[in-house]
Amino acid sequence: MDKAASYNDTVVRQFSLMVVVWGIVGMLVGVFIAAQLIWPQLNFDLPFLTYSRLRPLHTNAVIFAFGGSALFATAYYVVQRTSHVRLAFDKLAAFTFWGWQLIIVLAALTLPLGITQSKEYAELEWPIDLLIAVVWVAFAIVFFGTIAKRRIKHIYVANWFYGAFIITVAVLHIFNNLAVPVSLTKSYSIYTGVVDGMMQWWYGHNAVGFFLTAGFLGMMYYFVPKQAGRPVYSYRLSVVHFWSLIAVYMWAGPHHLHYTSLPDWAQTLGMVFSIILLAPSWGGMINGIMTLSGAWHKLRSDPILKFMIVALSFYGMSTFEGPMMSIKTVNALSHYTNWTIGHVHSGALGWVAMMTIGSIYSLLPRLYNREGMYSTKLIDVHFWTSTIGVVLYAVSMWIAGVTEGLMWRAVNDDGTLTYSFVESLKAVEPYHGLRLLGGLVFFSGMIIMAYNVWKTVSDTKPVPVAVLDPA
Amino acid sequence: MRHETIEKSLNLMMVLIVVAISIGGLIEIIPLMVSSDATEPAENIEPYSPLRLAGRDVYVREGCYNCHSQMIRPFRSETERYGPFTTAGETVYDRPFQFGSKRTGPDLARVGGRYSDDWQRLHLIDPRALVPESNMPGYPWLLENTVDPELITAKLKVLRTLGDPYTDEQIASAAAEVEGKSEMDAIVAYLQELGTNRRDRR
Repeated sequence: MDKAASYNDTVVRQFSLMVVVWGIVGMLVGVFIAAQLIWPQLNFDLPFLTYSRLRPLHTNAVIFAFGGSALFATAYYVVQRTSHVRLAFDKLAAFTFWGWQLIIVLAALTLPLGITQSKEYAELEWPIDLLIAVVWVAFAIVFFGTIAKRRIKHIYVANWFYGAFIITVAVLHIFNNLAVPVSLTKSYSIYTGVVDGMMQWWYGHNAVGFFLTAGFLGMMYYFVPKQAGRPVYSYRLSVVHFWSLIAVYMWAGPHHLHYTSLPDWAQTLGMVFSIILLAPSWGGMINGIMTLSGAWHKLRSDPILKFMIVALSFYGMSTFEGPMMSIKTVNALSHYTNWTIGHVHSGALGWVAMMTIGSIYSLLPRLYNREGMYSTKLIDVHFWTSTIGVVLYAVSMWIAGVTEGLMWRAVNDDGTLTYSFVESLKAVEPYHGLRLLGGLVFFSGMIIMAYNVWKTVSDTKPVPVAVLDPA
Repeated sequence: MRHETIEKSLNLMMVLIVVAISIGGLIEIIPLMVSSDATEPAENIEPYSPLRLAGRDVYVREGCYNCHSQMIRPFRSETERYGPFTTAGETVYDRPFQFGSKRTGPDLARVGGRYSDDWQRLHLIDPRALVPESNMPGYPWLLENTVDPELITAKLKVLRTLGDPYTDEQIASAAAEVEGKSEMDAIVAYLQELGTNRRDRR
């Protein structure tokens, strides 16, 4: 077959398999540091095994290695199918794969060595940041280059979301990481104090909003209708919630800095826009869930669809919880506690990971010329381990967070504090244990996935898929 | 304009996305950068001395911010526990800021002088020797690592180009000040100064 007449699925296959690999690595580090919170001796007095160096490795691995690979894989797949052309620039696409993997390996080496900027999810030092910028620009060229040569007039809705995610992450990454190097491994931010904090959480919150939300909504808008065999529920809703989501998200960052020395006007703006954000978020959730209208019976037999629908439910849950936590009076209790950690994981495990897992199960058979995954039964087992794992995790962190918040603020009749700090730590220890269990259960599902994926891909030879003519 | 027009033009869509995502950040960040409240140092706040700067960089390297905040909120329960709430002017030489987002351990914004130097050292080597319930890891390697005098000079020079008011004399004497010091000396010096600009602290 003429090369231009077939899709470039090589790069999609590469990224898809790395989703499983990095998912296992990232979550294993998560399980390990959860255990360290209970048994701090587990660092064995070795710098590179110490919690405070490994936590950034965990967050970076699950967000950028696991989530990032899923976004690359599905963006490349979706943009080809919905534009009815082969991916633009094969070599540049291959460069984004190898470049992204190199970045991940460099992160896995430098973070345990303590090479860090200490800005959350932006810890990587300047040489790696430059590499990220280069790979990201290449990603944008491949993605938008493919849309530019599309054989269909309309740009499909999934691509609006992928496009906004790619553009915004570039902007966020560049401005938050502006720094002057001292050496190859150390730099100083050009911002200080409160301004730096504002920049960081403008970045940090929109890493959530664009990397972990807009990108995954792109995934949702292709794979949910595909898997359900139904069209997207409402075109009008997708237009309204797309533009409002991307515009409103960018204002919400200051809710990470409530009651800090950030000026009140900025905190209030952040709070107001965070509450408004509930509407566009739920617009997306409703559009996804209602796409199953007329196909609800498929949930009985299709665990992939179950992954997607539970992912959307967790999306709805955490985008309700988020605006509530951004109300200053609620935040006064929840900030600095495990509640925040629970909230992050309902989003990251419940929404991001479950949408990713569902989409990968849906995608892999198509990439490897098969009818379906090796075992549907194992997908169902994975579904239940994931669901039970997230619920254990979120519930334990809610209880722990509220406990901490209440103990920190408790005062006696004479105005003295009721509890010492360490008493609050002692009180949440059982919930650290429950969280570890939840993480382990979720992680065990990833091992099942790895087995299922291996059995699916190991003895099949992928064949090139011909580019479909537009209808 | 009908949405169909946007959907059919990649360029128009990209431009509109850039516009939509730019407004929030510009309105929240630019005024902050020019506001003196956010950028002027508070009373008694000076750029970090070379040894403390080295200690701060150890604090950053080890990722202490993962478990300790440096931001006391204006609540009675917090000022009672930690001391006067943190103001913006106290953080203007913090590159990067160390507010933190999670308290697995207590806030450290005013930990300076609260414990003795020896307590801090022992606690960093083996936290449970002093606080049996603690789940903080030990950092014994800080005793063995020494501060690099050449690097500290380079750091001060970079910070000066960024606008931190170090004098020529400070830069000239920086290397000598940290000569022979361990990373433990440095981080303890940093911790012991934290928040001590306020005399009315608890």
